[in-house]
Amino acid sequence: MGKTLFEKVWDRHVVDSVEGGQEILYIDKHLIHEVTSPQAFDGIRKRGIDIFRKERIVATADHNVPTKDQHLPIKDYLSRLQVDTLTQNCEEFGIELFGLGHKYQGIVHVIGPELGITKPGMTIVCGDSHTSTHGAFGAIAFGIGTSQVEQVMATQCLLVQRPKTMRITIDGELGKGIYSKDIILYIISKLSTSGGTGHFVEYAGSAIRSLSMEARMTICNMSIEMGARGGMIAPDETTFEYIKGRKHAPEGEKFDKAVAYWSSLYSDDDAVFDKEYTFSAEDIEPMITYGTNPGMGIGVTQSIPTKDEVKSPAALAKSLEYMGLQEGEKLLGRKIDHVFIGSCTNSRIEDLRIVADYVKGKKKAPHINAMIVPGSKQVEAQAIEEGLHEILFDAGFELRGPGCSACLGMNEDKIPKGEYCVSTSNRNYEGRQGPGARTMLVSPLTAAIIAVEGHVVDAREFINDGELV
Amino acid sequence: MEKFKTLTSTVVPLAVQDVDTDQIIPARFLKATTREGFGENLFRDWRYDQEGNPKPDFVLNQNTYSGSILVAEDNFGCGSSREHAAWALVDYGFRAVVSSFFADIFKGNALNNGLLPVQVSPEFLKAMFAEINKDANTPVTINLEEQTIEIDGTDLKENFEISSYKKMCLLNGYDDIDFLLSNKDKIEAFEQSHQEF
Repeated sequence: MGKTLFEKVWDRHVVDSVEGGQEILYIDKHLIHEVTSPQAFDGIRKRGIDIFRKERIVATADHNVPTKDQHLPIKDYLSRLQVDTLTQNCEEFGIELFGLGHKYQGIVHVIGPELGITKPGMTIVCGDSHTSTHGAFGAIAFGIGTSQVEQVMATQCLLVQRPKTMRITIDGELGKGIYSKDIILYIISKLSTSGGTGHFVEYAGSAIRSLSMEARMTICNMSIEMGARGGMIAPDETTFEYIKGRKHAPEGEKFDKAVAYWSSLYSDDDAVFDKEYTFSAEDIEPMITYGTNPGMGIGVTQSIPTKDEVKSPAALAKSLEYMGLQEGEKLLGRKIDHVFIGSCTNSRIEDLRIVADYVKGKKKAPHINAMIVPGSKQVEAQAIEEGLHEILFDAGFELRGPGCSACLGMNEDKIPKGEYCVSTSNRNYEGRQGPGARTMLVSPLTAAIIAVEGHVVDAREFINDGELV
Repeated sequence: MEKFKTLTSTVVPLAVQDVDTDQIIPARFLKATTREGFGENLFRDWRYDQEGNPKPDFVLNQNTYSGSILVAEDNFGCGSSREHAAWALVDYGFRAVVSSFFADIFKGNALNNGLLPVQVSPEFLKAMFAEINKDANTPVTINLEEQTIEIDGTDLKENFEISSYKKMCLLNGYDDIDFLLSNKDKIEAFEQSHQEF
């Protein structure tokens, strides 16, 4: 029997199998940030041991950093303490850090790929559930807790139960104005927030193959939102082309050798998955969420479900009360207060280009606060080089410095209580963007159009003959 | 890590499904650099209003319910991987969480902190909520050695699953790092033959 992509990569990293179904899995790359690492460093100190393979760790500050005046000391004492603690820990243990002010600083899942750290066939972990992003390159990448961060620091390994496998195939051609964010919101709305639990997902099919690396990252990024351990896509020419020439990419003969190996990373025809789902790209509309978890999404022309249409009426009622919405209601035309474009889901250069392309020569609606937070210093630099920052500025958008920002509201970037924020991020939980904030998840294009129009729209109505209008 | 053998306690019922870790501990309270003190902000935005006053309708603010077992509806602990969620529950005083389904990362984090996730059938969960509704002082007994959960004074009893390795760890208070460190020779040998591109 053939092997799945997941099995090919996983099997190459098993150090040993342990009684009780656990395996010792070797980790090629460990990414760390300021929020989930301090207690792990403390643990290492308390055990009186050193970090086992410090050259396999890369650190950045992202969750807690301000996105304004990044050159000044952080105002919030606790945030500053956490960021300073990361710097001190990295100095003490000799770990490479792309801290605040560094030209490579940014959201951990944005900088890994753009620096060529993320490569096919690797195992990558980070104390952050959106580590699944790196799976877009055909790597096994997943989020871990802080005790596991300490495990990897101590031994470069994790003791884990092998997850089951799932394949989600999307065949067909995406309609105009439909982006990878719509694909993943659609999938999660079908599978629910727990539909992927216990599984590692492979995304396949012609619609997936046609996507850029940035778009693939958006899909893999949100695998956790259906409960999956991670998501991955078999590497191909698009992948190799993206990696080539990046800072940590292999060069010359080494690159060719790597490509030869990477090309073997796909699911064999006779490989068997524990679960399979197939969807048609033609069925996917621009998506928007109406509730308080990422599974509560609908096509933008659809109505919010009624109590009779859902498994748990109580959960629907609780969500809608929080969101200030009614069952059976349509969201089209609903007034929005804030637009947030950013997060490890949609803050890459391609996302900023999509937004700038639409808002060029237009103005945001007067009542809208529109904020763009690039994923990294490199994305920021490129946006400036391409003149995107001027387009965005002229349209009335506020362009900030890189960080996780209003995706989770750990810094001061929060949405006020009761106000509606259309967001390109990944989670719409109660209070995620600030206490009482009401989040609706959408694609970057939908967010850009809403910023200009001031209310919920169907992005397809703003496209003529394939051109934005 | 504290050992876990058997636990008998009254329970705190949280009749909510898909409880995500952002609710268990919101991101703005993740700024500490130690593991202690997170219990104070457990379920912060459900427990307190914006002025910091306790919301009387939230279960942790009701004197009726207390104990070291939390029981919640389906899919507990989804979302963010923050281990702070497990730390907050433990810091508050919980030793076990009962639900009909747990999200993967939360389950692993809980087990690494001596907090036992007990997955029961939807029927058992329903019966459990019903018994607590009838009498808030109903004690529940969890026996890790036997892998059973029992509502005392009733014939409601069910077995639960746990990996034999994790069970051994909890019974003895061991953690994964002790185990992995004892396998360092194997890890170094693996590295010799591990080819990377």
